[in-house]
Amino acid sequence: MKTLADHILDIVQNSIRANATLIEIIVEEDKKNDLCILLIGDNGCGMSAEVLEKVTNPFFTTRKTRKVGLGLSLLKQNAEMANGRFNIRSELNKGTEVEATFQLSHFDRPELGEVWDIFYLTMLANKNVEIIYGHKTNKGSYKISSTEIRENTGGVSLQQTEIREAITDLIKNNITDIQ
Amino acid sequence: MSKITSLADLRRIKEEVQSKIKLRENSDNPEQVVQVKVGMATCGIASGAREIMKYFVEELEQQAVDAVVTQTGCMGYCYAEPTVEVILPHKAPVVFGFVTKTKAEEIIDTYIKKGKLIDGIIPITFKTIDE
Repeated sequence: MKTLADHILDIVQNSIRANATLIEIIVEEDKKNDLCILLIGDNGCGMSAEVLEKVTNPFFTTRKTRKVGLGLSLLKQNAEMANGRFNIRSELNKGTEVEATFQLSHFDRPELGEVWDIFYLTMLANKNVEIIYGHKTNKGSYKISSTEIRENTGGVSLQQTEIREAITDLIKNNITDIQ
Repeated sequence: MSKITSLADLRRIKEEVQSKIKLRENSDNPEQVVQVKVGMATCGIASGAREIMKYFVEELEQQAVDAVVTQTGCMGYCYAEPTVEVILPHKAPVVFGFVTKTKAEEIIDTYIKKGKLIDGIIPITFKTIDE
C-alpha cells in the first residue's frame, strides 16, 4: 500500500464484511509528540480470541477465494517499519478496533494520501453503513459523518459531478485548515 | 465559486444542482441501470482499484450513463487485479481483469455503451488448479 488512505480503505472493507453499520475512522497527526495514529473501529460481528490471534498472520484469512490475507499484516508491517505499533481489539458480536501508530516524521511512514476520496468512495458503495471520519491535529479537529452528508444531499445522486466535487472539497478544505 | 467548508455549503450546491437536473427515475431500481462493481480487497487496492473506481464514477457521470458504481470483495482473481464486474440490464455479469484507465475507457465505450464484448474478460467458469 502506497498511502495510509489505501490502508484505511482496505481495513474498512473488513468492517463492511463484518456487517458493521457504523464505522469510525480517526486520523491523528500529532506534531508535538511526533506521532501519527490511525484508528478504525466498527460495530460489526467481531472475532473470537482464537481468530484474533491469527489475524496478522499473512497466511490466515476467512475468505474462501484465496489463501492469503495481507490487509492487516501489511498495515502492521508498515507501522512497525515506521517506528510504530499495531494493535487490534475485538469482541464477538460487539465489534473490532484497529489501531496503528507511526512516527510522524519517520522516513518510512507512508504519506496520508487522499482520505477524502476514500471516504467518498466508501460511502458511495455502502448506502446502509454510517461512516464517520475524524481528523485531529495540534491545531484542531474535524469530524464528518456520511449520514450528515446524505441528509444534506437528499434527492440528488452522490455520483453527480458537482456533488462529488463538493463532498471531497468539503473534507479536503477542512483538513487543510487544521494542518 | 466560493470555497466549500461546511455542510451548509454542500446543501447550497445540492440545491443548485437539483434545480438543474431531472431526477433519475431508475436510481432506486438497480435492475434497470448499469452496475459496475470494482474489486476492492487488499489485492485490488494494492493494484490501483481506487483510481479505477474513481475513473468509472467520473467518466460514467460525464458521459451521462445511468450507472451505479460500487465496491465488491476479492473474487479470487488476485493475479488479474484490478478487476471490474459489469452488469448490463438483463444480462449476465461480465468480469474484466487487468483494468487500467485505458481499458476502463474501452469498457465504457464498447461494452457499456454498445454492448459489444472486448478482450480481457475472465471466464466465470475459470477455476484455480486446486479447486
